[in-house]
Amino acid sequence: MPPFLYIFLGALAVVSALGVIIQRNPIHSLLALIATLMTVAILFIGEDAVVVGFLQIIVYAGAIMVLFLFVIWLLNLQVETGPTGHLALKFFGSLAAALLATELFFILAPPHLQVKFTHEPVGYGSLASLAGKLFTDYLVAFEVTSVLLLAAVVGSVALARRLPGTDDPRAARKAAS
Amino acid sequence: MTIELIAGAIKAILMILAGLSLSLFLLYFERKGSALIQDRIGSNRATITGLGKRMGMPNLGIINTSIADPIKMFTKEDFIPAGADKFLHTLAPFLSLFPVMITFVVIPFGDTISIAGHRIGLEAANLNAGALYLLATIGLGVYGAALAGWSSNNRWALLGGIRATAQMISYELAMGLAIVSVIMTFGTLNLQEIVRGQGGVWFGFLPRWAIFTQPLAFLLLLVAGAAESKRIPFDLPESESELIQGYFIEYSGGKQAVFMLTDFAEQALVAMLLTTFFLGGWQIPWLMRDGFHLPGGAFLALPALAVSLMGVVAFLVKVVLLCMFLGMVRWTLPRFRYDQLMRLGWKGLVPLGLFNVLVTAFVVVATGRVQ
Amino acid sequence: MIPLTYMMSLSAVIFAIGVAGVIIRRNILVMFMSIELMLNAVNLAFIAIGSRLGSMDGQVIVFFVMTVAAAEAAVGLGIIISIFRNRETVHADDLTLMRW
Repeated sequence: MPPFLYIFLGALAVVSALGVIIQRNPIHSLLALIATLMTVAILFIGEDAVVVGFLQIIVYAGAIMVLFLFVIWLLNLQVETGPTGHLALKFFGSLAAALLATELFFILAPPHLQVKFTHEPVGYGSLASLAGKLFTDYLVAFEVTSVLLLAAVVGSVALARRLPGTDDPRAARKAAS
Repeated sequence: MTIELIAGAIKAILMILAGLSLSLFLLYFERKGSALIQDRIGSNRATITGLGKRMGMPNLGIINTSIADPIKMFTKEDFIPAGADKFLHTLAPFLSLFPVMITFVVIPFGDTISIAGHRIGLEAANLNAGALYLLATIGLGVYGAALAGWSSNNRWALLGGIRATAQMISYELAMGLAIVSVIMTFGTLNLQEIVRGQGGVWFGFLPRWAIFTQPLAFLLLLVAGAAESKRIPFDLPESESELIQGYFIEYSGGKQAVFMLTDFAEQALVAMLLTTFFLGGWQIPWLMRDGFHLPGGAFLALPALAVSLMGVVAFLVKVVLLCMFLGMVRWTLPRFRYDQLMRLGWKGLVPLGLFNVLVTAFVVVATGRVQ
Repeated sequence: MIPLTYMMSLSAVIFAIGVAGVIIRRNILVMFMSIELMLNAVNLAFIAIGSRLGSMDGQVIVFFVMTVAAAEAAVGLGIIISIFRNRETVHADDLTLMRW
């Protein structure tokens, strides 16, 4: 990718990331988050991580974010009412974040940073190379992750389902009043 | 380098135009074809100053559907309901059309042709991860319907949006599993190579199309594709009799036209996917690079350019036939109930797809086609 | 290829925005979205360094981060739904049951 595209995508990612925390309506926040994910995915593809970039769009933007959308609908969240945090909290929060950004900048990208630049091997970022790593060096981690996903499925079903015999507390409260 | 860029741009535009004109054809077929099946006459009123009638031609309704209908739609008032989210309400139709349009560019519509010494592949973008690109763009199609339903500030629209989202998410899984088994059969994510892999014959007469090796995956993709494009019998998101019009109830004028265009373009896209993955794409049975090798041993030599162009025509014919088939399904079957839809998706198609992937994996390993 | 410094500072900025979101916003859902932002910033750093070292390990880690994020989103949203069902709020400051 040409450098100007990197600059443009980077600016887009930062602006939409700011949108996530500035928008008062959760759906608008979510849309901004999706925009961030998409731009980050394109940056991945520009960095020769083609498969991971597409997976980011399929898994993150196409599936996880839809889950968020469903929850926002389910809870019927509209524009945030009530206190959104005190002004002091906002001020010190932003200050802390700015300090953190500066610190991270000096840790992650010091001016004298030298990464030994190696040429990428043939087929870098392809599905074959990713799967090759995944099923040899990282096989145990891969299998553990599959168990984790299963546990997450069971856990979320257990959390979200109403136990038989227990009514919806909201309905019970309404009936009592 | 430049000639490749120009050729790429031309091919992309051609492919998107092909998608749009297929949609227009489907609009016509939707009106007149359904009339034919249901023993009605269908639209036959609009003419241009009675020209065709004076020349003694029967009115086929072409002017009705391809000129009068779009003009009517685009000149209607573009209404945004009170309390709607104006920005998202305007964005949603385009958010649903855009992913479909950009998916067209990876579909291979022909073999290579040589122009001025350059070999140009007849696909707009020859991506090595083409199948992943496809799944990614199809996955993004959810947001158009979802946001249209939410931003309209209407209960029916929201219900339609929720239904559309849940349905598309559920059937994407079956679709992905069907595509995965085809990818495993051919060992590549590149759509052009998948189509190339379907050239040649088995036993001297049977074309090597994937429908013969992966019949279950074909059925899965057919059903899941019909559900993804929200067609009858899967049109619960926009069912007229219960949700009036579903997620685009509050849309009028040009924006509604964009939604209808998306519907037809999705149908064309599903037909293209089925053709590419299972029906040999641009391959014609027994046609090689140099000409026809008929099963009896007969041989008919053809120039290379003619073979390439015949491939493009064959691709279009297959796509149009599949579109017609999807249309016929639409006018034949009644609509599912929502729980039936979910049961079919999660308890029927997904386990079948997983089973198919498992069997394919065993066969691929057993035949020793793993590097 | 663009210098590593650029990608790293982009990652740092997005991460810091995520942190600011968790501190400033009081809506649990938006806080959750900010966490996703932070995960993405980290992924970006992994990919950028991995492609410069010519190593696939960075991409494998990102793959795992995505899987864990999916699991985390499912469980986290389940928790948010049950919180809402019991307390009818998604406002972090209203959840004071364990405070004294």
